[in-house]
Amino acid sequence: MATIVGAATALSASKSFDSRKLHLPSRRSLSVSERKGSFLVVRSDGSVVHKAHRAQILITNAVATKADSSAASTASKPGHELLLFEALREGLEEEMDRDPTVCVMGEDVGHYGGSYKVTKGLATKYGDLRVLDTPIAENSFTGMGIGAAMTGLRPIVEGMNMGFLLLAFNQISNNCGMLHYTSGGQFKIPIVIRGPGGVGRQLGAEHSQRLESYFQSIPGIQMVACSTPYNAKGLMKAAIRSENPVILFEHVLLYNLKERIPDEEYVCSLEEAEMVRPGEHVTILTYSRMRYHVMQAAKTLVNKGYDPEVIDIRSLKPFDLHTIGNSVKKTHRVLIVEECMRTGGIGASLTAAITENFNDYLDAPIICLSSQDVPTPYAGTLEEWTVVQPAQIVTAVEQLCQ
Amino acid sequence: MALCLRTSSRSILYYLKSKICLLSSSSSSLTHQHHQKPTFTAPTAQNLRDPYANFSTKVNLLSTRRFQSTKVEEQWDSLNHAHHNQVLDFPGGKVAFTPEMRFISESPVERVHCYRVLDDNGQLITSSKFKQVSEEIAVKIYSDMVTLQTMDSVFYEAQRQGRISFYATTIGEEAINIASAAALTTDDLVFPQYREPGVLLWRGFSLQEFANQCFGNKDDNGKGRQMPIHYGSNKHNYFTVAATIATQVPHAVGAAYSLKMDRKKACAITYFGDGGTSEGDFHAALNFAAVMEVPVIFFCRNNGWAISTPTSDQFRSDGIVVKGPAYGVRSIRVDGNDTLAIYTAVHAAREIAISENRPILIEALTYRVGHHSTSDDSTKYRPVDEIEWWRSARDPVARFRKWIESNGWWCSEDELELRTSVRKQMLHAIQVAEKADKPPIAELFTDVYNVPPSNLCEQEKFLRETMKRHPRDHMPDVPV
Repeated sequence: MATIVGAATALSASKSFDSRKLHLPSRRSLSVSERKGSFLVVRSDGSVVHKAHRAQILITNAVATKADSSAASTASKPGHELLLFEALREGLEEEMDRDPTVCVMGEDVGHYGGSYKVTKGLATKYGDLRVLDTPIAENSFTGMGIGAAMTGLRPIVEGMNMGFLLLAFNQISNNCGMLHYTSGGQFKIPIVIRGPGGVGRQLGAEHSQRLESYFQSIPGIQMVACSTPYNAKGLMKAAIRSENPVILFEHVLLYNLKERIPDEEYVCSLEEAEMVRPGEHVTILTYSRMRYHVMQAAKTLVNKGYDPEVIDIRSLKPFDLHTIGNSVKKTHRVLIVEECMRTGGIGASLTAAITENFNDYLDAPIICLSSQDVPTPYAGTLEEWTVVQPAQIVTAVEQLCQ
Repeated sequence: MALCLRTSSRSILYYLKSKICLLSSSSSSLTHQHHQKPTFTAPTAQNLRDPYANFSTKVNLLSTRRFQSTKVEEQWDSLNHAHHNQVLDFPGGKVAFTPEMRFISESPVERVHCYRVLDDNGQLITSSKFKQVSEEIAVKIYSDMVTLQTMDSVFYEAQRQGRISFYATTIGEEAINIASAAALTTDDLVFPQYREPGVLLWRGFSLQEFANQCFGNKDDNGKGRQMPIHYGSNKHNYFTVAATIATQVPHAVGAAYSLKMDRKKACAITYFGDGGTSEGDFHAALNFAAVMEVPVIFFCRNNGWAISTPTSDQFRSDGIVVKGPAYGVRSIRVDGNDTLAIYTAVHAAREIAISENRPILIEALTYRVGHHSTSDDSTKYRPVDEIEWWRSARDPVARFRKWIESNGWWCSEDELELRTSVRKQMLHAIQVAEKADKPPIAELFTDVYNVPPSNLCEQEKFLRETMKRHPRDHMPDVPV
């Protein structure tokens, strides 16, 4: 297996939106047994609503709203600033402190601290047994994680790069997703499988895989993708506390994003999408790194007089059709921007789901912008054009809104 | 070349012997000296011709062992004065070098010897050492072996009658199943392949529960989700059988890791066949277990066949036992049709695994008397008389019966009574299981996740609407 250089490449400063977001502390309440009756939601227009919990869905609400001068600021504490990989580590550390059964296993996660430093310092703090360096056999250490999970531990399996987890596909599909079902509910598998994926900066085809499209049909697993330090920490904590196997997709280029996150504890909901920018004209659905390309395009679009609504879907399996549906009903136009390949990607499934459920609300066919069906080339100029660029997003919105 | 082979086989033998000696030093009742003592004289022509095989391999294997006594190394040192003072330093430790180029042979002249206690007539081999069993345990072991045999034959017949869709027998491997289970405690976690229902039987899974799973009715604790023989019971620490080969081997390592973290006085055990050892998961799991020093027993049922593939087409090593040392795992080969040998070996393995936090590999040599499953006709690829010989002359059940009878613990009246009673119970269990309702449609969508998400609720709703709209298209007695 080719090893990749550990240093994470960073997005340029102009793409960080930390100063523009207002973050609200969200209610922590994860397992079904811990459900509370209702919780507060501060909407983007500043109104405060009491919301009864939805049955069977994890309740906590993490809504990132546009910085709005009139918006009620319930974030009384200033919070602290950190990078996305540090946010992941913070979430991981808090959960390891809270629950002694949480452990990490993967290649070079121990004293090396992980290839992207997400587990840095944890081995010294918790010992070699709880932060386990494994030999190079992805299928087998994923299998080991499954066995440990069935026996009462809560392992987090780190793939050094998501692409390497293709080797673990057998264990993930045939055992991780399946054993809770085939055992009649007798054995549960509260495992988290995470790792960096997506197209980086000239990492070559094998290190630029997008696995969410391959894993999305596996019954029994949940998939989430983080995109900001805030939701990275929140989703990490939620995934660890979940009783189901969760695959957490991180992106190689987002690890050095900086943001100010709350000091107090919070957990994000695994099944909810995030409203990034409310709008009226068109719904743009995106996740992970493409969120930033979308927001950059949004700036241009606003200057041109459009009002796009941007939603970071976050939950790739299952889709948060509630939030998405409400948005479609409002704007009647949908643009999906994703990094997956065109064929059989998340966008393809999302298009099908929206068409099936909200066809009557659409004024125009759904446009889906994805990467081409090519292995990612090494040459920078070529690589740049395999992913969706902001200019293409602007054009697509203009086309939709004609 | 032949001399080369002999010296390297001796080195393997000596290495394994030293392992077994350490084994015996920890438990005095366990010395067994069936293989000949290797003779080591001053450097002879043989040794000089093959110093590498004698010495370097040994030192390599030993260099990172904290528990290895220095005594062995001294013995080796005295053989090879000419070379042992020249040592190189590489990652992984010091290694002696030699100016002679010698390849380690790919196969020994003599295979690793096999631990055996009872002869073919069920009599104790003179000077054999084994773990004593009480009359009560011995009779329970035997009864469970008979129950397993009867259960197999009744279920097989039921499949042939079309009453269940599939079955796989354990004929010929009853001793492996029951004796290994008897040597463990119920706290030990079992990760089976699919030919180990006897372990579950020993632990108290009832005949009715076996039948329920095979018929996939509503009383099956797997809720009718798996094919027959894919048993699972968290109550009995028997992890649900998955059809994938060898995927359970790393699971067992993970479970052992969990036991080590919790400092529990228990081990994990996983079973697999000779075919399963070709899977990548097997190799990585052994490697992991050795590196992580976890209490797991790897039990290989080398029954000679992987469906139609004989072991000669599966691997070219001397069976599975030699693969253990390749990963740094202590290993032993036992006669898989010898109840007492298996009982003793598993008992010792468990003690070592738990007290020393190390993995153990046990290779049990046996023969798969039955077909691979009801979808197989093994007479197509092996001679009928071979099968018959193993079924009758080498039957592990009959062999153990002779031993308990010679102790006065069993007689033919007991035998008749047991067999008739079990057969009757089995037939009754099948009747009850057959008549029971199948799982309701509601169980189609549960347990995919801890709670059904909205898309599954939607799909269930759609299904129910379809069933209501087209009542004639589905069987009316399918519960909803």
